[in-house]
Amino acid sequence: MPNMSLKKVPMPEQDPEVRNKNFSEVTLGYTPEMAIEEATRCLNCKNKPCVAGCPVCVKIPEFITKVAAGEFEEAFDIIKTTNCLPAVCGRVCPQESQCEEKCVRAIKGESVGIGRLERFVADYHMANSQAAPVVPASNGHKVAVIGAGPAGLTCASDLALLGYKVTIFEAFHMPGGVLVYGIPEFRLPKALVQKEIENLKVLGVEIMTNMVIGKVLSIDELFEEDFEAVFIGSGAGLPTFMKIPGENLIGVYSANEYLTRANLMKAYDNQYDTPIRNSKAVAVVGGGNVAMDAARTAKRLGAEKVYIVYRRSEAEMPARAEEEHHAKEEGIIFKNLNNPVSILGGENGEVTGMECVEMTLGEPDASGRRRPIEKAGSNFVLDIDTAIIAIGTSPNPLIRNTTAGLDTNNWGCIVADDKMATSRKGVYAGGDTVTGAATVILAMGAGKTAAQSIDEYIKGL
Amino acid sequence: MYKIVSKRQLNSVVTMLEVEAPFIARKAQAGQFIIFRVDEFGERIPLTIADYDREKGTITVIFQGVGKSTRMLAAKEVGDTILDFVGPLGKATEIEGFKKVCVVGGGVGCAIAYPSAKALFDNGAQVDIIAGFRNKDIVILEDEMKAVSNRLFLTTDDGSYGIKGFVTNQLKSLIDAGNNYDLVIAIGPVIMMKMVAEVTRPYGIKTIVSLNPIMIDGTGMCGGCRVTVGGEIKFACVHGPDFDGHQVDFDELMRRNTFYKKQELAELDHVCRIGLEVKEDA
Repeated sequence: MPNMSLKKVPMPEQDPEVRNKNFSEVTLGYTPEMAIEEATRCLNCKNKPCVAGCPVCVKIPEFITKVAAGEFEEAFDIIKTTNCLPAVCGRVCPQESQCEEKCVRAIKGESVGIGRLERFVADYHMANSQAAPVVPASNGHKVAVIGAGPAGLTCASDLALLGYKVTIFEAFHMPGGVLVYGIPEFRLPKALVQKEIENLKVLGVEIMTNMVIGKVLSIDELFEEDFEAVFIGSGAGLPTFMKIPGENLIGVYSANEYLTRANLMKAYDNQYDTPIRNSKAVAVVGGGNVAMDAARTAKRLGAEKVYIVYRRSEAEMPARAEEEHHAKEEGIIFKNLNNPVSILGGENGEVTGMECVEMTLGEPDASGRRRPIEKAGSNFVLDIDTAIIAIGTSPNPLIRNTTAGLDTNNWGCIVADDKMATSRKGVYAGGDTVTGAATVILAMGAGKTAAQSIDEYIKGL
Repeated sequence: MYKIVSKRQLNSVVTMLEVEAPFIARKAQAGQFIIFRVDEFGERIPLTIADYDREKGTITVIFQGVGKSTRMLAAKEVGDTILDFVGPLGKATEIEGFKKVCVVGGGVGCAIAYPSAKALFDNGAQVDIIAGFRNKDIVILEDEMKAVSNRLFLTTDDGSYGIKGFVTNQLKSLIDAGNNYDLVIAIGPVIMMKMVAEVTRPYGIKTIVSLNPIMIDGTGMCGGCRVTVGGEIKFACVHGPDFDGHQVDFDELMRRNTFYKKQELAELDHVCRIGLEVKEDA
């Protein structure tokens, strides 16, 4: 008889007033007892709607059945057959719009806490298992993967499991991509990301850091180095600015820069040399997950007032509800239906304020969301010393500018078909570099599809 | 890990390191830069490539120990390693199609001007170099610059060596004397590059400056290195580091370079106490 509770077993969390001053993880994870209790809410549906909602097709009812039986390692083995980064996905996937959205239990009450259970199983395995992964026999074929983010890591993992000799080329000094430079420590502990990456190395994947493809080597040169296929998973790293007056003042950051300083370079830790601004009042422009991450980081770095300035209303906000909820709990002030007009500076060129204008919502626009319209004469000044622009990113041009015959669209995204094949023979691409900024799990799904296509391509050579 | 294979102290604060980096050495061109991270706790700091040896697989950098990271790098010895060394980043200096060029270097900027002068000289251009220093004690690369130029004009602010005065005066008198430069390259302190651009502006001589703003990744990702050129935002790391000197907003660049000044001064105090200052006798 399944557990018919309408609510998920609550997730233990750090108290908001404590956690907004530290960088430790916000959510603490289920205990084995909580996990078993939550797992018994799963109805084990025959048609498995949840699996259809998962970009990497995790065998959800199967692993949850094992959790319910207390067989956590068996549950892990099931997840691992399709997902190489379960500890990451369990934390940062937008389950509410994927697997959990399709869950039958969500028709009346809350869905099964699939993400929480995935995280529990991955963490349990990391903490308790000594078993080394089985290294597959080599098939002698070489594949190059560009970018050690979610797409590249997944593609590399799947190819390695098939016996390919995979080399990942990463531009930064550390692999992980957005998992290490973008998503903060308090949402995704970096030690855990590195542990997942270590598992890849055990499978025989080589990771070369400090290699900016397009600069140090071109894609054509990779083929000359005997790589038979190339996967491009270089992400969408180029920050967009607003093109308003004052954007080059001292104290204005792109969210990419602010988060990279805090996360990758660990500016929040005094042991590390990279500086970050000591801010008192911060305005973060944007309403996505990146904006929430930047705002919550600024709060933790000691800012007294942190604002989210977003031009639409809460209903249109692209951030996950959970992130928005956590941000509010931590004291972030939401200035919805406001848009920056200019950033104001003092004599020494430092930010002193942000002039904003109030907005109302008109008819739906091309995105289907109601179009924000300025309220004439409603301008006001927000007193701030730091502004963080989190309105989006676009793909980096370094690869497309140095690869002849690689088709891109008007937004600079690499064009790939549903098999992730590009216009260049043997070159595949996936993740944000194809879609523009999206989610970790969609990038992983693309990496997975590409691995399959590359396998078919090389077998057909 | 990237091994240091040779080291030379060019003056009391300027160090030359030759570093094993075979992939970068294969591709490096004049005007490009690398980013280093000295150890796990270090910042990512850009340095222009002063020279490269494709056969040996090495990159040479020349830098002044001004902040904590560059001081720690200066304290490294032959055989030591640098944790991270990535490049070649940025666009190469354009060298095609120029017949007569004046390369102006200021202080440690001469180390950055030198590879551009060399590339132009090797490409058949007539090259004059004006190299300015505060005084005799800090003159660097005199022989190297002589070897890649038709004429080297060395100036010191106090007249203790070479011609007394600023590089801008020397440049103006060369132009007024009828030297028809089709390109001037200026590399040095931001204020010097600004003044050089002001000297050439009335003559309409194409003037290229090499900018070195604060940056993290060097691949266009952080946007920290943004500069205003001709009224548009450019990222020095991918659109530059070379830009049209007549279009650059130098005042903004000078302001932006003070972003972390207060915090860095505090840091420096800290470093000095643990004895990482550059050796005076070196």
